[in-house]
Amino acid sequence: MIRGRLVDEGREMIQLKVNGVEQSFGGEPEMPLLWYLRDVLGLTGSKFGCGVGLCGACTVHLNGQATRSCVTTMSNAAGKEVTTIEGLDKTGLHPVQKAWMQINVPQCGYCQVGQMMQAAALLNSNKKPTDKQIDEAMSGNICRCGTYQRIRVAIKAAAGEVS
Amino acid sequence: MSTIENVSRRRFLTGGIIAAGALVLGIRYYPKLSSSDKLPHNTDADRSILHPSVYLGIDPDGTVWIVAHRSEMGTTSRTTLPLVVADELDADWKRVKIEQALGDKRYGDQNTDGSHSIRSFYDAMREAGATARFMLIQAAAQHWSVPAAECETDLHVVVHRSSNRRAGYGELATAAAKLPTPKREELKLKPKSAWRYIGKGEVSYDLEALVTGKAIYGMDARLDGMVYASLERPPVLGGKVKSYDDKEALKVAGVRQTVPIDPFQQAPAFQPLGGIAVIADNTWAAFQGRKKLNIAWDNGPNESYNSDSYKNELRATSHNPCKVVRNIGDADAVFAKGGKVQEADYYVPLLAHAAMEPLVALAEFRDGKATLWAPTQNPQAVQDIVSKELGIAKEDVICHVTLLGGGFGRKSKPDYVAEAAVLSKKMSRPVKVVWTREDDIKFDYYNAVASMYMKAALGPNGKPTAWLQRSVFPPIPSIFDVNAVYGDPAHLQQGWTDIPYDLPNLRVENGPAKAHVRIGWLRSVANIYHAFAIQCFTDELAHAARRDPLDYLLDLIGEPRTIDFKGVEYPNYGASMDAFPWETGRLRHVTEVVAEKSGWGKRKHGKGTGVGIAAHKSFLTYVATVVEVEVNDQGEVRIPRVDVALDAGLVVNPEATRAQFEGAAVFGTSVVRTGEITATKGVIDQSNFQDYPVARINEVPAKTNVYIIDSDSPPAGVGEPGVPPFIAAFCNAIFAATGKRVRDLPITKLGLS
Repeated sequence: MIRGRLVDEGREMIQLKVNGVEQSFGGEPEMPLLWYLRDVLGLTGSKFGCGVGLCGACTVHLNGQATRSCVTTMSNAAGKEVTTIEGLDKTGLHPVQKAWMQINVPQCGYCQVGQMMQAAALLNSNKKPTDKQIDEAMSGNICRCGTYQRIRVAIKAAAGEVS
Repeated sequence: MSTIENVSRRRFLTGGIIAAGALVLGIRYYPKLSSSDKLPHNTDADRSILHPSVYLGIDPDGTVWIVAHRSEMGTTSRTTLPLVVADELDADWKRVKIEQALGDKRYGDQNTDGSHSIRSFYDAMREAGATARFMLIQAAAQHWSVPAAECETDLHVVVHRSSNRRAGYGELATAAAKLPTPKREELKLKPKSAWRYIGKGEVSYDLEALVTGKAIYGMDARLDGMVYASLERPPVLGGKVKSYDDKEALKVAGVRQTVPIDPFQQAPAFQPLGGIAVIADNTWAAFQGRKKLNIAWDNGPNESYNSDSYKNELRATSHNPCKVVRNIGDADAVFAKGGKVQEADYYVPLLAHAAMEPLVALAEFRDGKATLWAPTQNPQAVQDIVSKELGIAKEDVICHVTLLGGGFGRKSKPDYVAEAAVLSKKMSRPVKVVWTREDDIKFDYYNAVASMYMKAALGPNGKPTAWLQRSVFPPIPSIFDVNAVYGDPAHLQQGWTDIPYDLPNLRVENGPAKAHVRIGWLRSVANIYHAFAIQCFTDELAHAARRDPLDYLLDLIGEPRTIDFKGVEYPNYGASMDAFPWETGRLRHVTEVVAEKSGWGKRKHGKGTGVGIAAHKSFLTYVATVVEVEVNDQGEVRIPRVDVALDAGLVVNPEATRAQFEGAAVFGTSVVRTGEITATKGVIDQSNFQDYPVARINEVPAKTNVYIIDSDSPPAGVGEPGVPPFIAAFCNAIFAATGKRVRDLPITKLGLS
């Protein structure tokens, strides 16, 4: 089980689960989750794009909800389950990842991890999103290369597969 | 996975830097070099038993190594150029391994900009593949004691049909390696009918890595013992640190020290801007420490720069005679006669690149040599600037090219890589410099702000009898020479001196403008503002003449002909005029095709809806675009549909090409809707996506249809040419829908809402 905080060796430790593995963190509680994932755990799939929650490149799942890890402090992640692209599908490729390949979505690819994490969360709560619902769910994720048209198609393709 | 917990705990319990180990994945695709390494550094292709070219090697197990020497920023060139090699080799794509080249002049030009990777290296890639195929056939023929002419290749094998013998490339490689490398004249290139991949294309070699988060960008590069740096740079170009106090910064947990970097010597070129670097154990600590720096700046003369007054200066310059850069007939004589004249001013502000991956670089200086990992479009420019900054030989600068999280021209300018190199040398340890988004927006090499004055005298059918156009913008050469104020031929050619209209009297001018920020290449560059002015002014004249904009545009393009640039300094994007003449018939053709495909004139457009058209050639590719818009009562603009036809000569990878044109429509949407960088007292006003918004999924074209003209002409560019005509067509569509003419970008100034 994950507890929120505990004191270990004289220092308050933040407990959380990342991709199913329990972790404890004794650094600055104000450090954003993104930098913990990237610089401390070496999980570099989640990307730094803006640092203020405006572009979505850093999107992870926090207890299943799409969350901007660049503005989520470690203290806010305490006791929670974090899923990153590295843990999105334990068995291989998530339907969203398969659809992203099938539709050949990525150009540079830098934003696509965040796009897929956002799309996977959308499909968890809405099995068959309309164009408008896709726009609403995805409008926080910027793609500067301009792959939006394919993202929309890929989400619909994945919707056919997500059960 | 338990090691992750152990490592993370150890790091914080000991206060030390994170230990590397199995979990540190970043660098494994970019092998760390020992300090004895010197260029040329052997690639797997070089190490292969058969390696007749720097781009290619074949192992005895049949593995084909192909070197990608250009940078991958999303255009798929890292896949498409090797695909050309594989086709000419008749190689099985599944047995091809692509490796990324270091910066090294033996590969030729590596500056991945200007939409010319395929154009400039298509022949070289074919020759590389054909050379290896020639040698493999010779080896098989000798082995079988049959004439080589009786042998041919099939997928990854040489075959002798009459005796029904086959030998794989791997088993032939050792024997082939002993043969002389054929001369170019001996090579027989495959006929088009035998092409396997050219014209059919292939998805990115990195596709799976891209969707699993395993792809390694510059931001993901890691080295044992590295520290992180974030820099506070002079807010005004050319500014200097007067004094600074880092006491509070050093109190931030994880911050180790601060390190000053000298300001650049004029002109800036690709030198670091200077400032104070905060060095820390992780990125976030470096960012936090930096916020606590207290710096007094000497801003220097660029403090006088304000975008509002600068705009007025550009416009005033454009209203007076400027330098003539192309002339036909005597436009002034026609204007002097009086009659109907139309004039307009067009304006495009500074634009920032805002690639999704902020600038970042990792450097390790050791034993007099610098090794770098960077998302750079131009690793040889990295070698140049790092060797200058560190005072070491170019051969001692080893530049690994990671994947790029977008580039758009910004990552051709390696100031950020030089910062990391300078810091690593000062600190004698690996340093990773990470730019924030705010840094990325505020310290860009911006696309030039430009003012265009347009004037036409109109004949009885509304067709111009004389045409005058003046553009005024701070030129890119100003980053190399502070006194450069006029456009250079390489940028005046971009949609300005090459105006393709069949006009009896034409004068093209360019006026002076001094730069106060760094100006640089941005996707499509000067074509953005030049095409906007010409193609929107054309639309204005069509409406003034009450003529259909398509018919009017075709009338101005005229009958098919080759433009004569006699007396004009016209570099033709570095290509020969023989191989790449300016053929107006091809521009006319794409215009007719896009009109037909979009149903121009056939579909009804109700209130608040409209279509616009524009045609523009850039980077040697002919493009015409039709944009459909809907504007509701609240002034919100939607783009239900875009149609684009392009003639880029031979298209090697149609799927990647379609993606580039879909993306160009999105890039152009950002320019039209919200693209604007301004300065007050020399300081850039914008900082992040809240004040420099780029287009989001709900704002972009719902559907972009791309039509690729089948052509046997040599391959031209596809990365950039989609942007300029999209911008103009979008603005023309807004006029069609609302009656409001867009002359000042972005359209936030138009007052639609």
